[in-house]
Amino acid sequence: MNTTYAIFKREFKGYFSSPIAYIYLTSFIVLINWLYLRGFFLINQANLRSLFSILPWIFLLFIPAVTMRLWAEERKLRTLEILMTLPVKDVEVVLGKFFASYAFLALSILLTFPLPLTLALLGNPDGGQIIGGYLGALLIGGAYLAIGLFASSLTENQIIAFIIGILLSFILFIVGEQLVLFALPSFMVPFFEYLGLGSHFDSIGRGVIDTRDLIYYLSVIGFFLYLNIRSIEMKR
Amino acid sequence: MIKAKNLSKRFGYTIAVNKASFEVKKGEVVGFLGPNGAGKTTTMRILTCYLQPDSGTAEIAGYNIHENPLEVRQKIGYLPENAPLYADMMVTEYLDFIGEVRGMPQSKRKKAINRMIEVTNLQSVIRRPIGELSKGFRQRVGIAQAMLHDPEILIMDEPTSGLDPTQIIEIRELIKELGKEKTVILSTHILPEVSAACNRVLIINDGEIVASGSPEELTQRAQGKGIITLTIRGSKDEVERGLKEFPRVEDVEWLAEEVSDSSISEGEIRNTEWGTPNSEFGTPKSETLHRFRIRTQQGQDLSEELFRFVVEKGWSLSELYKEQVSLEDIFLQLTTKDSLNG
Repeated sequence: MNTTYAIFKREFKGYFSSPIAYIYLTSFIVLINWLYLRGFFLINQANLRSLFSILPWIFLLFIPAVTMRLWAEERKLRTLEILMTLPVKDVEVVLGKFFASYAFLALSILLTFPLPLTLALLGNPDGGQIIGGYLGALLIGGAYLAIGLFASSLTENQIIAFIIGILLSFILFIVGEQLVLFALPSFMVPFFEYLGLGSHFDSIGRGVIDTRDLIYYLSVIGFFLYLNIRSIEMKR
Repeated sequence: MIKAKNLSKRFGYTIAVNKASFEVKKGEVVGFLGPNGAGKTTTMRILTCYLQPDSGTAEIAGYNIHENPLEVRQKIGYLPENAPLYADMMVTEYLDFIGEVRGMPQSKRKKAINRMIEVTNLQSVIRRPIGELSKGFRQRVGIAQAMLHDPEILIMDEPTSGLDPTQIIEIRELIKELGKEKTVILSTHILPEVSAACNRVLIINDGEIVASGSPEELTQRAQGKGIITLTIRGSKDEVERGLKEFPRVEDVEWLAEEVSDSSISEGEIRNTEWGTPNSEFGTPKSETLHRFRIRTQQGQDLSEELFRFVVEKGWSLSELYKEQVSLEDIFLQLTTKDSLNG
């Protein structure tokens, strides 16, 4: 536990030791605000629905960038050799890194907070929907992080890790999309619909917090963290 | 302290370590010596539980690398090649991180960090990011990192590679200091380092341990002792006969003839020319120098006797030297396939 915390602290601080974190946060916030506010006065509705519908697509590009460094750089600079010869369990290191990236993601989501605040001033938004939307964002973001972290453990090249991360997340996201479901034989539809990252996000975003969706996201996270542990074990 | 049995590891088709067995006793400073790619690093990575061997096992301070990897790692301080440290962290911050991951309580950590900064002389750089430090300093931070939890065993992979001569001497001194209390394994492909720092050497080649012993033992064991080379001015047959009849000489081999027709070239051949009774009358010009190699019985040192003998005979001796077998020769003998055959 202490080990996980020590690694968490180092990795989280690590984001801010170079300008990358600030560039990342700035561009994320600017992009989010632009995309949302562009149609805000046209739609003339006090909700964040349009924000939450584009968020998974923004995450698709932004989250693998958060995780790509975490293992690939350690491999490339060989710092992994010191880290993994300390008395630590692989799972402690994986969790430390995962939670650090999660905290960073949470920070970037937190920085969108002026938007609901503005809504509350201008109109009368549905608090449940907004809270549900944020929770969904955290959950789908966590799943993307676990996938991206796993992708980072596969290579020592950050760019490759980034692209693999996008690709894996993209596949898992679109298998539940209508377009893909149409092309599938009907008996497979419910399975793929459940498998896709997106459909669960939509239901949480409506403010309906269903344990099935929670379990789904937690198992996706757990599954990819497990793969991560395995790949660290095997690829030394 | 360390017992390795039949360790083997292969990567694809290359065998990195092949059935390596060795033991290191408490308090020894052991050097892994071998050319690049011989399997030194892989062996160290197995001992530190970074890699799993394909077969074989090792016991470190009573803990098995398969069954108790965490305890093994707790007993060991490890400095990988080129000291790969987190470049963005400051020296104290980094050491604190290592201590924290190693589970040292805060007060103990602080004391240990202060002690290591003193031992490795890092006072002047503690507030600087590691990435900005010179290689020598980084190497010392690496050693501080490895020694922080006061381990019984210290394993260092090429601790002096890439350092300048002053830094090399500093690091060697530090290793010697540490070697007084700790069991140390270090790897190197630099030979003088082994004689300077280690009390035992394991020569590794192609993943196999080809020799083991103290530097002196290895030097003694190697053949080539008791070989003396003489360069004498005189008639070849007469000199050769004389040397062959000399007691305790096993074998005389004529190597070469060196023609020198002026005193200038004599000076070029060797700057010392031993005076003989003949020299009073001037060195005869256009005489030939003959070089002989003499192997003595049981490798005895006959150089002084031979010198006297040559002088008695009235020959002019231009050169006499004992062939020194250095660790280098042994190393080359053992690690180059050609010289094994010839």
